[in-house]
Amino acid sequence: MTLTRTPQRVAEPPTAPLRPRRRTWGQALRRDWQLYSLAVLPLLFFLVFRYLPMIGNVIAFRRYEPGGDLLGEYWVGLRYFEMFLNDPTFWQVFANTVIIGGLTLLFCFPLPIVLALLLNEVRTRWLKGFVQTISYLPHFLSIVVIAGLIFQTLAVDGVVNQGMRALGQDPVAFMQDPAWFRTIYVSSEVWQTVGWGTILYLAALTTIDSDLYEQAKVDGANRWRQTWHVTLPGIRPTMITLLILNIGTFLAVGFEKILLLYNPLTYSTADVVATYLYRVGIVSGSFSYAAAIGLFESLIGLALVLGANTISRRTVGTSLW
Amino acid sequence: MVRPTRGYRVFQVVNGFVLAGVVVVTLFPFVNIVARSFSGEHEIRSGQVTLWPKGFNLTTYQNVMSDPLFWINYRNTVVYTVVATAISLVLTTCYAYVLSKHRLRGRALLVGVAVFTMFFNGGLIPNYVLVSSLELRNTLWAIVLPNAINVFNLLVMKAFFESLPTELEEAASVDGLGTYGILARIVLPLSKAVLATMLLFYAVQFWNSWFAGFLYMDRQELFPVTVYLRNLIAGATSGTDITASSETALQVAASIQAVTIVLTMLPIMLVYPFIQRYFVSGVMLGAVKG
Repeated sequence: MTLTRTPQRVAEPPTAPLRPRRRTWGQALRRDWQLYSLAVLPLLFFLVFRYLPMIGNVIAFRRYEPGGDLLGEYWVGLRYFEMFLNDPTFWQVFANTVIIGGLTLLFCFPLPIVLALLLNEVRTRWLKGFVQTISYLPHFLSIVVIAGLIFQTLAVDGVVNQGMRALGQDPVAFMQDPAWFRTIYVSSEVWQTVGWGTILYLAALTTIDSDLYEQAKVDGANRWRQTWHVTLPGIRPTMITLLILNIGTFLAVGFEKILLLYNPLTYSTADVVATYLYRVGIVSGSFSYAAAIGLFESLIGLALVLGANTISRRTVGTSLW
Repeated sequence: MVRPTRGYRVFQVVNGFVLAGVVVVTLFPFVNIVARSFSGEHEIRSGQVTLWPKGFNLTTYQNVMSDPLFWINYRNTVVYTVVATAISLVLTTCYAYVLSKHRLRGRALLVGVAVFTMFFNGGLIPNYVLVSSLELRNTLWAIVLPNAINVFNLLVMKAFFESLPTELEEAASVDGLGTYGILARIVLPLSKAVLATMLLFYAVQFWNSWFAGFLYMDRQELFPVTVYLRNLIAGATSGTDITASSETALQVAASIQAVTIVLTMLPIMLVYPFIQRYFVSGVMLGAVKG
């Protein structure tokens, strides 16, 4: 039995024990068992509630009976994947997901940058703080409360229709009209997220070296050119990191919000992969079929994160890990 | 110092208007909902209520607050939030502390186990099947356990623990204090600010959550108040039954909805001015080493 910390004996050759040796698992456990013990319950959580469901996806390849075996009854191969790939509704909800996700990315990624730049030009501190505090507010509310606010604002007797009437227009039943759903979804998403989204940019803005601005002034750059040549490059790493994250979660459109806002009249534009598999799986009980759709969606999501990260690392040298 | 150009002064004025617009648009729905909650049904129905209550009355508040189910669900939300927050806080603190110890063998693996779940998850159906087969349905645990550790919060805490000076812990270790003793007597007293931030992160997350309650609770006396509100909204707006006869029911529900929305968001709105800065600092801490 060798102990790394025993004092060196004179008889031993002086070179060998001086080399720092990597502790074996047994030594690490003896030394740090208290630390490892703190990790036991959290690890149990991750294994049961995060990794077991990943394994649970095998029911996408097996016949699952509600109340039966957790991992299904028997193998059916790719039958459920063939089923949804030949399901026209699947392709419609897939298209809806891509459109809603794309529009969300298009508006919810750049607008916080614009707002952060505008806030950065405010020289009165309390005014800046006031605008920030107000604009963060929607972030703290339950999505159910937000859905309630949307319904009330867009109701036939709501403020938006009051405005339409004042302009001599007929009132619109916004929440029942498929043509309006995407507009409502994306604009409410902007309302919810634009303020909170500025935090990281405002933090990045404070780290820009003020000497750079002085030099730009000496070179004759006006405010606009200073913004273009100093400010934007200064927040570029933040922009790229958030862009990668946004692209990675691009298909994970706000499932809970859509579930609260849509109804059978608006399915044609509002129904997305996540809500479709919720209805197929939980409401109708076709668990295996829904699990196949869910697995497909998760894999696309993972591929998007890895893809966006690889492109960003090769082109601009910024990586999430 | 160079005098600002004419163009820049014009920009400052425009900027002021744009930011004022942001403030107005953000606040408008809140003011409107409060106005509706105090208004008479007829006034709401005829589209008169904008920023100020019309036909002021407290009847709707009395009606909602005299519904025993509302209070049962409200109490459920409080209980779920307290229990879930306590458990989440303990588990997150323990794991974050372990992950902050760079000398620990296998640390990279332990970090990887957590971070991987940010990018890939089992999905709705396997989670539902799991919670059902563990027989957690219709219990508090269906809400608490599946979301016990939020990996973003975990990384924020880990970053904080890593930023603490190591000398204190080393000195305590020399004095014969074990890991538990160091964590309880040295580290946690130094971490009050980050613990408070985590407490708020989790409390707001669980207070606002509705889907777990909606998915796993079958009996209405077990619902959190968010599901109570969701059922009100869904009941008043299911697109299939918009007929002349249900028009009245639809509109009566409008003022009740307004009151329920106000009562659900009230606690968050009351504490918001005090907790907001903790959230901002927490997000920044997480971003430094995310």
